[in-house]
This record gives sequence, structure tokens and C-alpha cells, in this order.
Amino acid sequence: MNSLIMAKIQLNGKKVDIKTNYSIFDLLKKYKLLNKKVAIEYNGQIIPKGSFKKKYLKHNDKIEIVHFIGGG
Amino acid sequence: MVKLKKDTFKIGNKKLKSRLIVGTGKYKNFYETAKAVKASGADMVTVAVRRINILDKKKPILTDYLNPKKIVYLPNTAGCFNSIEALRTLRLAREMGGWKLVKLEVLGDKKTLYPNMIETLESTKILVKEGFKVMVYCTDDPLFAKKLEDCGASAIMPLASPIGSGLGLQNKINISMIIKQSRVPVIVDAGIGTASDATIAMELGCDGVLINSAIAKAKKPVLMAKAFKDAVISGRNSYLAGRMSKNNLAIPSSPYKGLI
Repeated sequence: MNSLIMAKIQLNGKKVDIKTNYSIFDLLKKYKLLNKKVAIEYNGQIIPKGSFKKKYLKHNDKIEIVHFIGGG
Repeated sequence: MVKLKKDTFKIGNKKLKSRLIVGTGKYKNFYETAKAVKASGADMVTVAVRRINILDKKKPILTDYLNPKKIVYLPNTAGCFNSIEALRTLRLAREMGGWKLVKLEVLGDKKTLYPNMIETLESTKILVKEGFKVMVYCTDDPLFAKKLEDCGASAIMPLASPIGSGLGLQNKINISMIIKQSRVPVIVDAGIGTASDATIAMELGCDGVLINSAIAKAKKPVLMAKAFKDAVISGRNSYLAGRMSKNNLAIPSSPYKGLI
């Protein structure tokens, strides 16, 4: 097993492998979403922007990243 | 010249120039959405909250086409069938950009998309307590409309007919009753089919209308957006002007005096 891959998380319903010591900030950076209007739910809890760097991901975490789309 | 009293429109603390609010769903692409929104003259648009596509980083997104700093985003809870889902959605929306003014809709049935008024009332109470300004999609039942207002709703949004049906205003009597009793803005939401439907709603005394499908599903959406802009202004002016009384028999427009 690759020693860098330490955990599997569920991101927007999809299983994703992440490295150890990976924060929400790192995750958003990876998907180029740092400057986008998004909101994050971490295991059912909304995480404020100020805590993105402090919140580290662990095995089996469930992350939802949402944004605005067209709607009536 | 007669100076007309300034006709202002305010929801919560938000001042709006246009009484037409437009939805941003069902368009061919974002380019068309942006063009139609511009032609409509609306300064508020409804938007939905959904998962972002993490696999396609280059996919265009709504905020690239409609700048939330220039136009008021009104997050909605479309697709939510219970209070828990609706509250979750609006709390996320608030986190995204600090939006306190939101549109609540808690649906009760997939076929009619009629609102579940019990869940809607409960959700309104909670959201108001959390500091949200809630515009509420509801049935055209005056009793429920009153209850929503008593719960602290910032606007009452009765349906004209089922969402996306284009059937127009089906119950003018109820909408009139709601307008008469309400101290917060009444905005007809859902079911408007064409520009004249919006004029009728405005002539009844609605404070505004919310249109999505009637514009997005028109053959020429941008032109229809302009038609709605004019229709809403026309209906509002007509309401403010006060229509003539109806008579069952003819009354001539030209005097008989001096007839040769």
C-alpha cells in the first residue's frame, strides 16, 4: 500500500483517497475551489471558512461541497 | 405635470428596483440565463444549492455568469421534501455568502409539487429564530398565509398554479384575499405562463411576481424576459392608477350635447 494514501473519505457521494494530514483547505486547493463560492459540510456539520485549515480529514469522513446552480 | 409618489419595493430590509424576480433554472446554458436576466431588468434571482461537480474542474458555474455582487441571489430550497432538508440547504447557503434573505419551499408531493404547509410553517418558525429573512412559497390558502406572516415570514409567495405548469392565475379570489390581509409583500410564485398572467397578478395588487419556466421555456427566452419586464411595470401602474368601475350597459365616451 502506498504509504501516502492513508484514508478514504466520501466526497460528494464519491469515495476519494486522501493523504495523511490533509485539511479541508488542502482538499479545496486540490479541486481548485479555494476562491469559489462554496460551502462545506463535514460529517453533517457546516464548517466556517475560518476553520478550513484547522479541520483535518480522517478515514470514513463524509464531506459535501455545495455551490449555487440555476434554479427557480 | 402630476408628480407620482415614488413606488418603492422592499423585502425584509432589501430594497429592490424591479418587482419582477426571475429564476435561473431550465435555460439552455448560462449565457442564455445571463442574457434573459439582463433583459428582465430583475435585480433579484433565485438560485438552488447543489453538490459541486468535483470531477470536472473546468465546467462553467453560475457565478461566472451572474455576479452575486451585482445581482441579489435568493437561495431556494427547491427539491426539498421535508423541513430537515430545507433547513440544511439554507444554512449552507448562508455559509456560502452570508445570505439571510432566502426562499423557503418545502414540497409535499412530486406530481403536483404542492407545498407541504405543515412542514413549511415549522421551517419558517425555525429559520426566523435563526435570523433568516424568509420568503415562503405556499398554497393560496389565506389562513396558512396569515399563519406564515404571524410566524415572521418576510414575504408570502402563493402559487398561481402548479410549478412549471404555465396555467396562470387559477384562483384570483384567494390571491386577492391574501393581498388584502397581508402586511408583508405578496409575490405570486409558480405557474405563471405568459406575460399577461403577470400583468393580471400585478393588477390584483401583488407586490411582485417570480417567473422561471415562462421565460426559460419560451421559444425566445430573452424576448420573453423583456415582455415580462414590461408586463409587470404595466400591471403595477394599472393597479396604482385604479381601474374604472364596471357597468353592465354602455356609457358613451362622446357627449350628446351639441350633436348635429
